[in-house]
Amino acid sequence: MFRQAKWSEPLIFELGNNGREGFLVPELEKEILDTVGEIHIPEKIRRTKEPELPMLSEVEVIRHYTRLTEMSYGVDNGPVPLGSCTMKYNPRIAWEIASDPRITEIHPLQDIRTIQGLLEMLYELQKWLANITGMDYCSLHPAAGAHGELAGILMIRKYHELRGNSEKKKYIIIPDSAHGTNPASAAMGGYSVIEVPSSKDGNIDIDALRSVVDESVAGLMITNPSTLGLFEENIVEIANIIHEVDGLLYYDGANLNGIMGYARPGDMGFDIAHINIHKTFGAPHGGGGPGAGPVCVKDKMIDEDKGISLKDLLPGYLVEYDEEKQMYYLKKPSEYSIGALKAFFGNTLPLIWGYVYILMLGAKGLRMVTEHAVLNTNYFNKLIENTQGLELPYGKDRPRKHETVISAEKLYQDTGVSAEDIAKGLLDAGFYAPTIYFPLIVKEALMIEFTESETLENIEKYAERIKDIVKTTYSNPDEPKKWPRNTAVGRIDIVKANHPKYVAPTWRVYLKKLKRYSTGEKQ
Amino acid sequence: MDAHPFIPNSSDEIRKKIMEKLGIKSVDELFRDIPSSVRMESNKWDELDIGLKKPLSEIEVKRIVSEKLGKNKQLRIPPFLGGGAAPHYVPAVIKYIISRGEFLTSYTPYQPEISQGILQAIFEYQSLMAELLDMDIVNASMYDGASALAEALLMSMRVNKNRRKILLPSNMNPFHREVVMTYLYPHISQGRVIVEDIKYDPVTGLIDKEDLKEKISKDVIAVYLQNPNFFGLIEEDANDVSEIVHEYKVLFIIGIEPLSLGLIKSPGELGADIAVGEGQPLGLSLNFGSSYLGIFAIRDDPKLLRQMPGRLIGLAQTIEGGERAFAMVLQTREQHIRRSKATSNICTNEALSAIASAIYLSLLGRKGLVKLSRHIYYKSHYAMKMMRKNGIRANIFNADFFKEFTVSFNEYNISYQSIHEKLLEKGIHGGLYLGKLYPELGETALFAFTEVHQKQDIDLLVQSIKKSWRRGSRYV
Repeated sequence: MFRQAKWSEPLIFELGNNGREGFLVPELEKEILDTVGEIHIPEKIRRTKEPELPMLSEVEVIRHYTRLTEMSYGVDNGPVPLGSCTMKYNPRIAWEIASDPRITEIHPLQDIRTIQGLLEMLYELQKWLANITGMDYCSLHPAAGAHGELAGILMIRKYHELRGNSEKKKYIIIPDSAHGTNPASAAMGGYSVIEVPSSKDGNIDIDALRSVVDESVAGLMITNPSTLGLFEENIVEIANIIHEVDGLLYYDGANLNGIMGYARPGDMGFDIAHINIHKTFGAPHGGGGPGAGPVCVKDKMIDEDKGISLKDLLPGYLVEYDEEKQMYYLKKPSEYSIGALKAFFGNTLPLIWGYVYILMLGAKGLRMVTEHAVLNTNYFNKLIENTQGLELPYGKDRPRKHETVISAEKLYQDTGVSAEDIAKGLLDAGFYAPTIYFPLIVKEALMIEFTESETLENIEKYAERIKDIVKTTYSNPDEPKKWPRNTAVGRIDIVKANHPKYVAPTWRVYLKKLKRYSTGEKQ
Repeated sequence: MDAHPFIPNSSDEIRKKIMEKLGIKSVDELFRDIPSSVRMESNKWDELDIGLKKPLSEIEVKRIVSEKLGKNKQLRIPPFLGGGAAPHYVPAVIKYIISRGEFLTSYTPYQPEISQGILQAIFEYQSLMAELLDMDIVNASMYDGASALAEALLMSMRVNKNRRKILLPSNMNPFHREVVMTYLYPHISQGRVIVEDIKYDPVTGLIDKEDLKEKISKDVIAVYLQNPNFFGLIEEDANDVSEIVHEYKVLFIIGIEPLSLGLIKSPGELGADIAVGEGQPLGLSLNFGSSYLGIFAIRDDPKLLRQMPGRLIGLAQTIEGGERAFAMVLQTREQHIRRSKATSNICTNEALSAIASAIYLSLLGRKGLVKLSRHIYYKSHYAMKMMRKNGIRANIFNADFFKEFTVSFNEYNISYQSIHEKLLEKGIHGGLYLGKLYPELGETALFAFTEVHQKQDIDLLVQSIKKSWRRGSRYV
């Protein structure tokens, strides 16, 4: 039985005691003090108010954060089948290699002659990612998937500008099942979004797409497989429709785990693609990041006369090899590059995880990854089919790829028990919950992605647990509202946490509000 | 093929069991909906240059990587490089905690009840950073200092919708500036915003207040001030700048260096509306520019909060019993809810780096932070004094500095490259050449000195520059 640790751990501000120190700053040599003398910073810019940081010893700090880890849950603890998040195993060998001081101690502006080994690895990674996606060139620069999307959208804008069409290109088309980052990225690129509906079989509704495509369309952003876990069967036709109006096709690589080795975005007609190293290639999510989101392109010609192609628009830096000097070096893609999206090269550590992951598996192993991710998804679907109150919406008879989306709408109508309640019931069994209420086109959605990393036994237990939850729901619909019980805390009042009167994103804001309300002062 | 350790169901027995249950004879049946024109055949795929084509053992992979990394050149002492990141010490406690799987392998805490620990850790990051900055609200992190600044400017545009000018100081980090221009590109190309430079005073190296006064108006959205600025100089008149800026109800954005804040006035004290910065000095390794921390903070003002990008963790309570708890709050600003109307597209951020910084701030405490600030101040000033003693023109500007300063070789007609070469021969990596970024500075470099540089390292550097300079001068 699962019981999560419950420490009722105080905040770091409530721990420690006056005068304690957790880190010794080396003492300055007398010669340094004598040479420098007093601090010369003018009074008008000297800090007078000490920062209100707590005072703890080293042992207190390590206990505090160790306890906090004990009230957290990752892939190392058990299944985290969050749909579209690809929470696979993060190989420790990659962690060990990424902790090598020969990587961690490299300054981003260091002379390239001192980092040839690292550059060689990054050069190989660029090439491997291009081959995996069927694209021509990859920039490892973006720090996350959404960062890669932003790069892609800016490249789309630049493409149309260089072709003299920026005035008329106003829209990015996005399917209604897309991740929220897609429309948000389009908006950051100055585009308006047109949503196209999905048809019953889960593909994009082609007639609806045709009806909105005209010369004002700058591009289309999709994942393939979709967030429903279904392969977009009409992708070649969709590519033609978009290309006919000189739009670009953007591939959101969030769901690449469903097709690796079976199909490549580059072969489907995509012009730009990003890859989530922290999803498909085994880098950890770290509770929200850091990730890495390389962006790749087909070397499509933009301006024949000037010899500008899509490669020239890539962000950041490319690692290239100088045959003559036998030396790897960093190069800005061209004067037409959209520029840098972060200060330095890229998120190298997650990239190293990806490098090691690909090396551990090779082409053959990566295909096996997808094969088992897909087998696991369909096995799970099989286990829970015909469960009362649950349905598999869209393309019922089609095999799923990396993930599946189940609707608990019927269950909710019958009993008032929601997708969220089911999620809490899963937590109580020691499993992380699926992604819920997404994609938006499925009511009471449970979006489940086991990845290739999950054991048969856990998939069976997960399915059993869902069936048990459903059984409980129909016999005692009040019970699920009391879940979770076995986690560090019970159900949280999210509404109150967001109320303007109470919302406290920092300790100091909390204390300020506490004082204000206890003295009866009105906000 | 053998079962792979990362793929628990890849044994023949289990695969067979799953396929029987699914009623399929070949896995390819699950991929039959991929049109044949775009389907990748396995024999073609297996021949692609991806890894070494087939799976390898850990033993083999370690050897391969180790041989490659052997081609890196080990420096004798940490590089004297700054310019937006610098070598700083990372306490062992940090490395240990952030390698624990419960943090490392967890996702964004969408299910709060089972994620209280990581939620509390990020909340503590936000709260500790708020104290350091003396600002009220800090988000859960941006990608890095540069993108934090870019998002601060986008946010300012939303707050000051009807204005259209942004003022950036010419002594700001040029790498950050490039990122800003990338983020602003759609807005600039559509004529929604223009960016203007504020000059720096060639004598002091500080922001030129007269130039600011000339350029500021009610059409200005935001003014940015980096303190210390790119030349390492402390913007001693930041208070005056704040006054000038606020007179026109312009948003004031300050870029900070976190370890300077034990000595230098906080953005809160200086009246910043938004504070941003690179969190790398707070317990993060250099990592060739990776996994840094974009600090993003605002004043407690609902108008600003509504437009703030990024994730926020807040205090909460359980429904039953009102126990203290933590949860993601104000998510209606974010992309997964608001989609094209979101305040940013950011989703994955730098959460683990934020936690590393929280651990570092917890270890340092208020005393340690001030001591470390002082320590870095003294180390860098010792380097400057020793250089000057040896006839090297160190800190070419007439203002005090923190951690970094400029070193010029113009007067002696020596190229900085020749000095860099001589240093590198000895396994010493000198500073960042500024001649390309600031042509007016010519043969000048930016050197950084921190707690990882010991006195003998600095002495060695100074002596080596002096020697290389004599010898180096012959090459020019």
